[in-house]
Amino acid sequence: METVLVGAVLALILALNPPPPPPRAAPEPVKVQPEPVKAPPKRANAVPELVVVLPSADGHVGTVVVERDGEQVVLNQAYASSRIAGTSGPKVVKLPEPEVRQVFADTLTALPERPLNFLLYFVRGTDVLADDSKGELGRMLEEVSRRNAPDVLVVGHTDTVGAPGRNDKLSLLRAQRVKTDLVRKGIAASRVQASGRGEREPIVQTADGVDEPRNRRVEISVR
Amino acid sequence: MRWTLAIAAAAFAAASYANDIGQIKTVSGTVHVEREGKQLAATPGMNVRQSDRLVTGADGAVGVTFLDNSLLSAGPSTELAIDRYSFDTTTHAGHFDASLQKGTLAVVSGKIVKQTPGAMRVRTPASVMGVRGTEFVVRVGDAAK
Repeated sequence: METVLVGAVLALILALNPPPPPPRAAPEPVKVQPEPVKAPPKRANAVPELVVVLPSADGHVGTVVVERDGEQVVLNQAYASSRIAGTSGPKVVKLPEPEVRQVFADTLTALPERPLNFLLYFVRGTDVLADDSKGELGRMLEEVSRRNAPDVLVVGHTDTVGAPGRNDKLSLLRAQRVKTDLVRKGIAASRVQASGRGEREPIVQTADGVDEPRNRRVEISVR
Repeated sequence: MRWTLAIAAAAFAAASYANDIGQIKTVSGTVHVEREGKQLAATPGMNVRQSDRLVTGADGAVGVTFLDNSLLSAGPSTELAIDRYSFDTTTHAGHFDASLQKGTLAVVSGKIVKQTPGAMRVRTPASVMGVRGTEFVVRVGDAAK
């Protein structure tokens, strides 16, 4: 029994600490060899990882759920971070904002500009821009000119006056009118996508046949 | 027969390629898009497709705006794959799966996540991140660039 125990302990010691080669007649120079046995036991992926939640421009903070090896960590506060390194699992730590901004400076600089939306209104039954939307059209065109590699989504809408089929055409005409202005401004036609949704998506819900200026509109997303 | 197959395959390929899901907006330094085994130099305005991989050099960074207004950017020495993307412009339903093999990533979630919290997932070698509407950054690898 004792022998077995001593043997086991010896085997353990040997396994952790391999013995030097048996002495020979002439001592050899010591060879340095990599000893993988000494490395701490690692998981399959030991590359360090870091996740940090940022507040958005309006101060809102969303949620990211980080899952690793069945463990879940919820990050839902500004600059809350989960770091994994070596054998340690995810831990939640709040990082100082300047550190995060510095570590991810190049990455955050490369983020595209946030898309910006514009609404233009039209004269009843036509693709003629309402007078009080002319300023907004100008601001939209300026924004497009200012942007790097812009693309523009233009979606036309109508109120419920007239037949749905006619409104499909009218909504498309309104979108195309805006597209024409963009192309005149020098934006490639291939970078402007114009479509019409007819009377399907009113801003203000109305009965059929109702003259509603707020629904006679084109929605523009500058990206 | 062989030609018919080849033409059918080409037509299928063309059909599946037609889906541009986003556009590159910012490029600095060396950036490539890996698509179907080819390396394309990234330029502002270039379209991005499902299964593309974005690869940046030690001096590189790139930013992409997707159809649903999700924004992604990759910092230097980064490999980022767009594994799956779908977006219905009418219902805003969709899925967005990306994986960061190494380097850094910044995300601003868009309409997909607004409509369906959790519908965007980012994988790293060791983790899966479920996105419920937020801005966040990820790094895989050491601090040194």
